[in-house]
Order: sequence, then C-alpha cells, then structure tokens
Amino acid sequence: MYQILSKEMLTPTICRMDVKAPRVAVSAQPGQFLIVRPDEQGERIPLTISDFDPERGSVTIVTQQIGASTADINACEVGECFSDVVGPLGLPSEFVEMSPGKLAGMRYIFIAGGVGTAPVYPQAKWLHSRGVPVDVIIGAKTKDLLIYKEEMAAVCDNLFICTDDGSEGFHGMVTALLEKLVVQDGRKYTQAVAIGPMIMMKFTTLTAKKLGLPIIVSLNTLMVDGTGMCGACRVSVGGKTRFACVEGPEFDGYLVDFDEAMRRQGQYKAEEAAANEKHVCKIGRGK
Amino acid sequence: MANRIPRVPVREQDPKVRATNFEEVCFGYNQEEALLEASRCLNCRNPRCVTACPVGLQIPRFIAQVAAGDIAAAAAVIAEDSSLPAVCGRVCPQETQCEGSCILGVKGEPVAIGKLERFVADYSRDLEPAKKEIVTNGRKVAVIGSGPAGLACASDLAKWGYDVTIFEALHKAGGVLEYGIPEFRLPKERVLRHEINAVRALGVKIETNVIVGRTITIDELMDREGFEAVFIGTGAGLPKFMNIPGENLCGVFSANEFLTRNNLMKAWREDYLTPIHAGAKVCVVGGGNVAMDAARTALRLGAEVHIVYRRTEAELPARREEVHHAIQEGIIFDMLTNPVEVLGDERGWVKALKCIRMELGEPDESGRRSPIPIPGSEFEIPTETVIMALGTSPNPLISKTTKGLDITRRGCLVADEQGATTRPGVFAGGDAVTGAATVILAMGAGRTAAKAIDAYLKAK
Repeated sequence: MYQILSKEMLTPTICRMDVKAPRVAVSAQPGQFLIVRPDEQGERIPLTISDFDPERGSVTIVTQQIGASTADINACEVGECFSDVVGPLGLPSEFVEMSPGKLAGMRYIFIAGGVGTAPVYPQAKWLHSRGVPVDVIIGAKTKDLLIYKEEMAAVCDNLFICTDDGSEGFHGMVTALLEKLVVQDGRKYTQAVAIGPMIMMKFTTLTAKKLGLPIIVSLNTLMVDGTGMCGACRVSVGGKTRFACVEGPEFDGYLVDFDEAMRRQGQYKAEEAAANEKHVCKIGRGK
Repeated sequence: MANRIPRVPVREQDPKVRATNFEEVCFGYNQEEALLEASRCLNCRNPRCVTACPVGLQIPRFIAQVAAGDIAAAAAVIAEDSSLPAVCGRVCPQETQCEGSCILGVKGEPVAIGKLERFVADYSRDLEPAKKEIVTNGRKVAVIGSGPAGLACASDLAKWGYDVTIFEALHKAGGVLEYGIPEFRLPKERVLRHEINAVRALGVKIETNVIVGRTITIDELMDREGFEAVFIGTGAGLPKFMNIPGENLCGVFSANEFLTRNNLMKAWREDYLTPIHAGAKVCVVGGGNVAMDAARTALRLGAEVHIVYRRTEAELPARREEVHHAIQEGIIFDMLTNPVEVLGDERGWVKALKCIRMELGEPDESGRRSPIPIPGSEFEIPTETVIMALGTSPNPLISKTTKGLDITRRGCLVADEQGATTRPGVFAGGDAVTGAATVILAMGAGRTAAKAIDAYLKAK
C-alpha cells in the first residue's frame, strides 16, 4: 500500500501530496509520470511526478479535481493509503540524456499552465542545479489559481507570472507573455517547453513557431495501463501514430496534431458526466 | 462398449439470457455427468492426448480417477503438471490439442477432456489442498509477468525450493487471464484468483505495480536485489492497428483497450469508475479469440455487434466453442470483408467502416487461403464504434532496457528451445518469445524454462 505522508491544498481544487512509493522514487526522472489507483473501484489515473525523494522513498503528486476519480484522490487524508501507485512511466525529458557539451549551449524557457506547473518544477530544478539557464512563465486564469510560485522561483533564473484577468503579474495569456519576452525584451532561448492544458500547448506551439523557437510539449492523453498495452493514448505526431505513454509524454510541439489530441481526450466525456452525477465519494469518510 | 456412450453435453446459460449478463456461459459438468463422460476414455496405451498437450498433462490417469470417483486423486494427478487447471479447462483450444488427438474423435466425438479438467479443478477448489513440504534452498529467481508463462515457471521453481518473486506491471496478477479474457469465459474471483492464490501458497511472492524496464531493470534485479536468474514472461501486449485512414477517430479502440477497461478495470460494473464506450453498433475487426471476446463483451454492453473478417468462417483462428457461442448469442459475421478506411463525422467520431469484399486465393505460409480484394467492391457499414482485434506483439520495454538481450525482426525475444536468451542467467518463454499464442503454450514454455533455470543454477 502507498501511504500519503503529507497533504496540502494549493487551491480549492488542486492538491499536493507526498506519497510513499520507494521503487518509483528511486527510478523517477524529470519528465516522467505515474499512475495512481486510489481504491479498488477507482480508475487508473495518470499524474505527473512533481518531485521525488529517493532517500525518503516518496514522490510528490499534484492533482486537480476534474472528475469523480480525481476527487477521490484529493479526498484522501494523511495516513491513508492508495491501493496502487505505479511508475515511473514514459521517457525522461530529452535533456536528461543530453551530452554536457550540448546542455551547456541550451537556454530554456518553460511555459507552465495551471496544474501543468507542477511537472515543470522537477525539470527546472534538474537544469538549474546543473547551471543551465532556465526561465519560467507560470500562467493561470486568476491569481488564486497560481501554484508553485515560491518553489519555482528557487529553481529558475527568472520567474514570470501572468493571469488572464490581470490580478497578478502580466495581464494576458502565456502566449502573449512569451512573445513579449522574446520580441520586446529581447530574451534569447534555444528551447521552449510547454506543459498545461492541451489548448494552451496548442497555442503556445503556434507562438513558438512564429518566434522560430523549438518547443517540446508534454501530452496528458487518456491512458489505462500506461505501459503501451491499450493504445488509448495514441496521438498523431508528424503524421505517424505514437503512444504517448511509452514514446512520450514529451513530443516536438511542431509535429503534434493538437486538434485530434483534444478530440481524443474528450472521448469518454458522456460516460464521465453520467458517472459524476451518480458518484458519491467514499474515500476518507467513516474511517 | 464404453465408446458407445455419446459425448455428454455440457449445460450452458441460455444464449438470450447470457447475452445480457457477464455470468459464466458454461456451467460445467456435475459429478454424475463427469463420471459418465470419464467412462468414455479408452485409456489408450500410447495416449496421443498427452503428447498433444503442451504441458504433458497425464490425461488418461486423471480421467481414470474421475471415473473411479476419486476427484481429489484426479486433482493431484493434474497438479503434477499444471497450476492452472480451472483456467485451462476453460480457455485451451482443446479441439486442436488433446481432444483433437483423441482416438474416439476419428469416428465420433472425442472425450470432453477440457470439461473434465474443469470439473476436477472446480470440484476440488473447496477441498483442503494436500500440503506438500517444500525444502527451500534460498536461491532467488525473479519472474517477470504474472500471466500463464510466469505462473507456470514460478510454480515449478517454488516446488523445487527456489525463492521466487513474480513482478507484475499491472495492479492485479494474472496477465492476459485478468485483463484480456472476459468474466463470462473465465470468472475472476471464483476461478482465477483461487488458482493464483494456490501459486502463492507454494511460497511464490507476487509484487504488483512493478514495470521491469521502468520501475527497475533486469540488471538492477540481478546486481542489486540478488536474483540469480530471471525469467521473462511478459507476453505480447502491444496492440496492432491496420494503419488505414481514420484509425485515430474517436470511437476506434484496440481490443486491448476495450477488454482491459472491461475486465481489469471492471467497467461493466456500476460500482467501478472506469468508463467504457460501446454505443448502439460495434464493428470488431479480426477473427481470433480476442475478437470474439471483444464482440461478446460489446454485445453484453447492449450493442449490435458485427465481426468483420477478411477470410471465411473455416479460417477463423478462434476456438471453435467461442465462435459457436458468439453465433448463438447473435453476433453478426461479415466474412470476406476487409476495412480500408474508418469514416468520421464532423465531430471527429466514427460514423462508418468502409470495407472491401474479398475472395480466397492460394494458401499462404500459414496454410490458410489468403484473401484477395475484389476491385471496385467497396461499401460502407454504418457503425458507432470500431474495435481492432488484429493481434498483438511483445512489449519492447524490457529488450530496450536490458543489455545483451537480442530480439527478432518481429520484436520477439530470442530464446533457444530451453528458454535461454542471449544473456546468461536470463530466460524467457510464452508470447514474449513466440508472439501471440495460447495460454497453454505459454505455460509449457514457462515449465521448460523452469527446468533450464534449475539446471543453470545447479551448475553455477
């Protein structure tokens, strides 16, 4: 069993937990994800790994409540256990395998949207600790939904905040801020990495393309097993079908068919809506 | 004469009723029926059924015990060679193995060996298992994958005293028996769980949620965790697609996804959260057991189901019983039909499967007559869902992350007849080596590799 060691609500719907999962903690690398099954009746839910501590044998997950299953995860309390935690899944970020020579020439800009900020953290941390220049944009609808501000500030050179409503930082979307940084402020980057909602990654990719900036995106597709068995996660990348769970989750943004990916992501919407109506969260009650 | 008795028919759920539930189709024999059927066995001096069985089950010996009414003794005979009799009795292709070789089958109906095996296993499930004292030798062997190959290999090694740990990637043990074969063919709690627990009772440890190649590597298992030998029984889990236009439309699923959602994740049950989508009409592409399982699952979820297959019924690779059951339940077979494109609507969902009519030409290397498209015969089958059941190939996760492990052009692990791979101390068997095959062949390969591992470790 996988015990919850700490729990903190970052926003009313986004929860951060440290979970005991020694084997995952030892092997995890930036860019990888894991799957949690909260209880016997629960779904297998892919979640990004936002930190890992091999000595303590724990991993940090950040979960946004969007349906019945994510609600069940966030309803778990410290001391309780998830039935299953499996990982790390997917390939590590490209830079993990990069030669020191190549890495020395890189300048990264991360564009983090909403709960996608959490998986940016281990990537920025890894690069920053190796002296690679890293800037980070964190975007959210409004200031109360911003997460990981302090944590991120500690692992990057420059942190930029933007909100759609202008309640904090730059007033506007991440795409506008990225364009401003490069065009107006003349900041130079060799690689952009966008992690967030599919729609945000689509438009960030279009902006990066306009700026001539290579961009990597991390796709949060549907998955069941996460090991290449089911193909629920298939995406068209450069006209070829790829499995995000084993060949991703990170791909060259220029090559991803985002419209197809967004449609595929919504495949079970009707079934999920029906389930949400009926679902009574049973975790954390009466224990 | 004994063989004058006709083969005892087995009781089944009414097709109309079972098409709406996930209860087991076949009820199996009761003791009276089993005794009568067992009396048909001629107890041949050179039993061809034993030779035809991939694990060499002592068939006439166990049947003789059934005929004598000593079911516990029959179970003991089976246990010498198989750790999964209730599973094999249900899912083996008996018609091409034991029963296909039965001498009674030449002029009449062969002995119902599968049904008898199942009866013995089911009957003795509630009996106190005969405890055999195992002398442990403390030597550690890792088995990767808890499917038929892994369970068979682990059982034998544990019986010989090895300290065996099975590593399973999913959250439940059983491999394809758990995620692939539906409840109505193989009840999970009552049958499968019990047989897996029997393997545990031999001292085998099963650690779930460990993906070898990601969570830990084979090198780490051997260098860090002290495993002296490794058996890879990771099966063939990667789904194949046709690479035709429209395959990534919403509503196109691999049979693996459809069945995993239904079986492993229990999407058919109201109290489980994982969703599944069948819709009003489903086309299943393929003609193997997996295609039949997906079709009959979709039927039970309320859909009208078509099997789209490019050859004819005679070439269907599925077990004969499954095809028979599928027809009884009302699955529609569209034969000599091959999809060329999946057509979508403006929302990106499937609306039809565009197919071409086929005719049979000369036999190919597998001996089956190869289908040839008839030019200009394209037509559309309106459908809401398309399920691709075209076969599977081995997962490359382990071969990619283990040094010195060779694979074939088709992605199968290279192993000799004893299961030894190109890396010393690492053995493999089952679908990971052969490509997708049957439960019983995988079990046979697991047992063969167990012998090779024993010999390797004794010589070490």
